[in-house]
Amino acid sequence: MESVDAVVAHIQGLSGSPEEVSQLHSLLKQSEDALRSQAARLAPFLDQLDPSTHTLGYLFFLEACLSEPNSSEQAGYFNPYVVDFINSCSIEQMRLAPEKFISVCKSLKDQVMQFEVPIRGIAPLRTAIRKLQTSSEQLTTLHSDYLILCLLAKCYKAGLSILDDDIFDIDQPRDLFLFCYYGGMINIGLKRFRKALECLHNVITAPMTSLNAIVVEAYKKYILVSLILNRQVPPFPKYASPTVQRNLKGYTQPYIDLANCYATGTFSELEACIQTNLEKFQSDNNLGLVKQVLSSLYKHNIQRLTQTYLTLSLEDIANATQLETPKEAEMHVLRMIEDSEIFATINQKDGMVSFQEDPEQYKTCAMIEHIDSSIQSLMVLSRKLSSLDEHISCDPAYLTKIGKERQKFDFDEFDSVTHKFL
Amino acid sequence: MNGDDEGVVGAPIGDDAMFSDGGSVDDPRRPPARAGKAPAAGGEQMDVEAYAALYTGRTKVARLLFIAERCGNEGMQLEALRMVHDEIKRGEDSHLYAEVVAKIGGRLGSQYDFDQTWVDTVDRRAELRKEKLENELSAYKTNMIKESIRMGYNDLADFYYSHGQLGDAFKNYVRTRDYCTTSKHIIQMCLNIILVSIELGQFMHVSNYVSKAELTPEQLDSVTHAKLRCAAGLAYLETKKYKLAARKFLETGPELGNNYTDVIAPQDVATYGGLCALASFDRTELKNKVIDNINFRNFLELVPEVRELINDFYASRYASCLAYLENLKPNLLLDIHLHEHVETLYLEIRHKAIIQYTHPFISVDLHTMASAFKTSVAGLEKELEALITEDQIQARIDSHNKILYARHADQRNATFQRVLQTGMEFERDVRAMLLRANLIKHESMLKTTKKH
Repeated sequence: MESVDAVVAHIQGLSGSPEEVSQLHSLLKQSEDALRSQAARLAPFLDQLDPSTHTLGYLFFLEACLSEPNSSEQAGYFNPYVVDFINSCSIEQMRLAPEKFISVCKSLKDQVMQFEVPIRGIAPLRTAIRKLQTSSEQLTTLHSDYLILCLLAKCYKAGLSILDDDIFDIDQPRDLFLFCYYGGMINIGLKRFRKALECLHNVITAPMTSLNAIVVEAYKKYILVSLILNRQVPPFPKYASPTVQRNLKGYTQPYIDLANCYATGTFSELEACIQTNLEKFQSDNNLGLVKQVLSSLYKHNIQRLTQTYLTLSLEDIANATQLETPKEAEMHVLRMIEDSEIFATINQKDGMVSFQEDPEQYKTCAMIEHIDSSIQSLMVLSRKLSSLDEHISCDPAYLTKIGKERQKFDFDEFDSVTHKFL
Repeated sequence: MNGDDEGVVGAPIGDDAMFSDGGSVDDPRRPPARAGKAPAAGGEQMDVEAYAALYTGRTKVARLLFIAERCGNEGMQLEALRMVHDEIKRGEDSHLYAEVVAKIGGRLGSQYDFDQTWVDTVDRRAELRKEKLENELSAYKTNMIKESIRMGYNDLADFYYSHGQLGDAFKNYVRTRDYCTTSKHIIQMCLNIILVSIELGQFMHVSNYVSKAELTPEQLDSVTHAKLRCAAGLAYLETKKYKLAARKFLETGPELGNNYTDVIAPQDVATYGGLCALASFDRTELKNKVIDNINFRNFLELVPEVRELINDFYASRYASCLAYLENLKPNLLLDIHLHEHVETLYLEIRHKAIIQYTHPFISVDLHTMASAFKTSVAGLEKELEALITEDQIQARIDSHNKILYARHADQRNATFQRVLQTGMEFERDVRAMLLRANLIKHESMLKTTKKH
């Protein structure tokens, strides 16, 4: 008991200048085991500390408390403390023990999931991510936890604040897989299929030496989203890892069958294919997406008609797209006009649809601004690309690797070798 | 010409009519009138006799058998079989003889029943001859005189060929290759192999040996040159490379004449070449290489229908062009080489015609167009839709007023669209690439830290 008091005294005394804090850090590390052994009795001490000034100590105490396996009614007890701490902790002190911070946040996530109130975890975790990140390009372990809470709470929009940052710095490959997979799902939920495809694409093409379940599930969704968006599934790009190119299709056969059926463009065949694999799709929790694939076939067929016709009767549209009645065709056309996927007008008097060209003339100020901002962002991106290139060409590890390979060739072949790497 | 034929073949026709069951095919020599009433059978029915007169050797037999099999008209079938029978009797192929007699099945009278004595004599003679040739060959082999060995193989191959053992004939012709001493021999060998391969339907060999023959250092005489062009054309036709086939047929010199009737008649060169050219050439090419081609004009004179339809096509008289094509169709379907390709070629020609028709207009009335192409508006709409989808016609259909409007893509808008699209793709790719680069870097760092 005395030792805890002493530790609290230390914390209260040594939370001022950075030197003091680092001294405190080493002291705390020494007494970590002692704290853990008395975890059950630590709770009252938390009230003696202030999370904003005594961040480091508070963090150690909190972590020790939470590491103790708690009974379920006790478990929620610390949540207000954790939330309060996340909101008010000092970033400098917290960064001295990030792994403790992560573990505290993770236990919060586990708690809210256990109580099935994921929505409560969203705001604290977002703050936690922002505090933990050194730059907005860094991917932390908390990213995927945050996204799964968003998914479970169906607060897809909340996930976007994180997803819209571009991620370049990665600590753990696993974090990336989960982050991109959940990110893809959130984008699918918001029907931002293009973005979703990007996320899932990142999962599939990430360098890897063996398949994992995340990749397989991601590829399933990738196939479906590709069909909805582009009518076809692109082949694996060259840079996808050989493992993926060789093995991935074997695990996703029903989905590949579906894609083949889709390519034929006949509605009845696609429906039959879905029926035969219904259980599989259901057990993969992809049935909703599969149904969207089915209805996208109508859309694509109607869109193709706009390429060939200026006017067409609803009846002909129904025939051409294998819809049952002109009424249904009208519904589909109407919906597509509303979503501005096609440009058309319906004349209900004689049941005619006239298709128009895209009215966008690329003359408005807004369009010019849009183009300008795209150019700006591309310039930023290409600057980043060249700086990365410079960085890599100065990287000693890279140079030694290249040097080793160069020695295998004669000096005469030197030129061709460099060309190969360019 | 027609009168001549009737005089010559007058007698067997009588038999024919007597033995055909019922009156259904009472007068096989008068089909044109009937065919005129039933347009499904096509325009003028093929004159088998005249057709057969164009060919010699085994191709005549093969072509007639093909007609007998495909024509679906008993009178024509029996006439073809009768001529096959007569032709075979002149040769020595007893297997084929038995087959043909079985096909006739007594429908042509006792004259065409199975003739066992003939078969026996032929077989016995063949046995003796084969033995003699083989003995000769082994004698030549022991003497090691190249030229004699070549002759020996060649004779043996000729023997097999005339007896219908094409596989063996092919093998022996190929064997002569090692003993060829002059380029003349090489060319002879190549022509022999081409002949057998065409009959075997192995067009890979045909094109191989055509190029071998063309590679001989000696200048080829014009007849051989024309033969090789035809063979190459056939090989391309068979592999569905219509444009190349058309070129080869168009390059065929008029010296071909009746020198290659054991493979192809000059009429065929005109038909094959003309149709392939229509299906695959563009307008200028058609003008330069077909219509203004003096050599090929000689061939076209032999088949006036093809000449007319090419001219009609070029002069945009599509209705009459398509009518000529329709008339030709039943006969072409009976052609041993062209039958498989007729549908594809016709479709191509039709598409070409539609594309050419729409090209100069801003708007086209579908009713007028449908009547020009002898089809219904709905059918035309479907065809146009397919062509527009394949991006062969830049136009859109006003299905309400039945008018086709040409569509001129707005370059400016298209450029903007493409630029934005490209920018987006670039951005996406670069981001993904940077991410992967970082991942790879991270993994390599993991490894290095483990090592130290």
